[in-house]
Amino acid sequence: MAGYATPRFLDAGEAALSIEFGDTVDPEINTRVLALDAALRSAAPEGLIETLPTYRALLVCYEPLILSREKLLGVVEARLAEGPLDRPAAAPARWRLPCCYEAPCGEDLAEAAARLGLTPARFVEIHAGAEYRAYMYGFAPGWCYLGGLPRELALPRRATPRAPTPHGAVLIGGGLALVASNPMPTGWYVVGRTPERLFSPSREPPLFISPGDFLRFEPVDLESFHALEARAAKGERLALREGG
Amino acid sequence: MNARLRILSAGPGVTLQDEGRRGFLRYGVTPAGPMDADAFLAATRAAGAGAAIEVSLGGVEIAAEEAEVGVAICAGNFEVRLDGRRLPGACALTLAPGARLALRAGPSGAWAYVAPFGRFDLSTVLGSLSTHTRSGLGGLKGCGPAAGDALGLVGARPGPKEPMALHAPWLEVASEKLRVLLGPQLDFFERETVALFLSARWRLSARSDRMAYRLEGPKLAHRSGHDIVSDGLAMGAIQVPGDGAPLVLMADRQPTGGYPKIAHVIGADLPALAQKRPGEEICFTAVSLEEAVAARRAKARALAEGVRLEALTPELTSEYLLGRNLVGGVVDGDGAR
Repeated sequence: MAGYATPRFLDAGEAALSIEFGDTVDPEINTRVLALDAALRSAAPEGLIETLPTYRALLVCYEPLILSREKLLGVVEARLAEGPLDRPAAAPARWRLPCCYEAPCGEDLAEAAARLGLTPARFVEIHAGAEYRAYMYGFAPGWCYLGGLPRELALPRRATPRAPTPHGAVLIGGGLALVASNPMPTGWYVVGRTPERLFSPSREPPLFISPGDFLRFEPVDLESFHALEARAAKGERLALREGG
Repeated sequence: MNARLRILSAGPGVTLQDEGRRGFLRYGVTPAGPMDADAFLAATRAAGAGAAIEVSLGGVEIAAEEAEVGVAICAGNFEVRLDGRRLPGACALTLAPGARLALRAGPSGAWAYVAPFGRFDLSTVLGSLSTHTRSGLGGLKGCGPAAGDALGLVGARPGPKEPMALHAPWLEVASEKLRVLLGPQLDFFERETVALFLSARWRLSARSDRMAYRLEGPKLAHRSGHDIVSDGLAMGAIQVPGDGAPLVLMADRQPTGGYPKIAHVIGADLPALAQKRPGEEICFTAVSLEEAVAARRAKARALAEGVRLEALTPELTSEYLLGRNLVGGVVDGDGAR
């Protein structure tokens, strides 16, 4: 079993508790994080404010004047005693996300491919051939961190950040993949762009890919990218959910 | 025509804030909300409102239009003037159309709050109107108000006829050192490094903003490596990145981060930290979880007492303050400029 034998309970101030299941990026560890998250959300004790699942830990934000640390620990321990957190609360969805790898979308694709000793065409083949697991959102709204990047595409992050990413940037770096909704400087490589808007505050729901879901990138040419982007701008969701 | 507040001038960093965005941390959405929750609550409770203009060191000048608008101000040592008349830093008043309210940074304090008696006529984004400029959410199309902007109000009403002093018992609690709860990544630091963190006199860097307060002082070395697998960040988390200069995560923090956290500033002391200015000194002292919760309870009790408005006594008029030389900085008398 990956991760710690028993979770660690670490205080992040007096109003947040970090429940750590391991110290690596690993689907089994992440599944436990998400399963505990779902359990706490489905029967939230009074005083629980918000939970934040990440790769390997669940941050539980709570009001200690309503929900004491002991009581919170009691709720968590009771769930742990019920049985292993080894499967997700709901079946994960599988998404197909359009991605344009062509210039100017895949700004850093040639550079990344060269560093990996691959032709750009082979890079795209490998990248689009893989299935990714959405581990968590972080850093900025709709920045979705993905595992499952094939080993052949593992590349360390840049030593110094590059210029801000375009909207919908599809990135790789540090052995992981990422879809970044809004522009930010980054040490990762922009290998493509999706016309999809992972985060759209005016749409309901504003985000549709949940941590634990799987996704694949479907290559589209530049012309289709622009056409799809126009549809996304009108509020349409482009990603297709496999199995309807 | 509904009442509105017209921004006559606004320094950079002036934003609209309510209590912040809740429930979307899991999607990478920053909570935002006020930097100093104590001062924010003093202003909004006095105004019976849920949102305020957060004023940065750049200051702000505001006028009411169409109708009288009450405002409650919690501005610490900021200089507050109504048509040139100096008022105490915490007060409530009525802005008549044409009158001009000016807030300017004083000798100390970094954030001030102006809460209208009424509701901003703005649609919320993900349940909140708090401005997070980095991701362009909330406020006025993701930005803070700038000179010339009008802030429409719903249900605006006048405040007290004559300006009154605002007392909020929770504002009177202050501690010399900022209290921290150590951890959670203490195992990334040698015991001596933790001791150094607690004994050092830190200086707040000029590279500090609503996202994080950067501290200058001794370099804090990591035992081995400064990368952790990213996890969630609470307000007040003290991250130590590779350069060894601690960063305290504030209201506009990113929800996740990959640097080890040596400690967290306790909730009760976050407002005091927020009000520090670049160049000012900061010292930390470690407390237990029980002490942190007790401090939180004390503040909650004070909050439950509510605010009190009192007639301005001679002691609080500008003439008296000037006479006692309690007003720091240069007296320039240009409040009506």
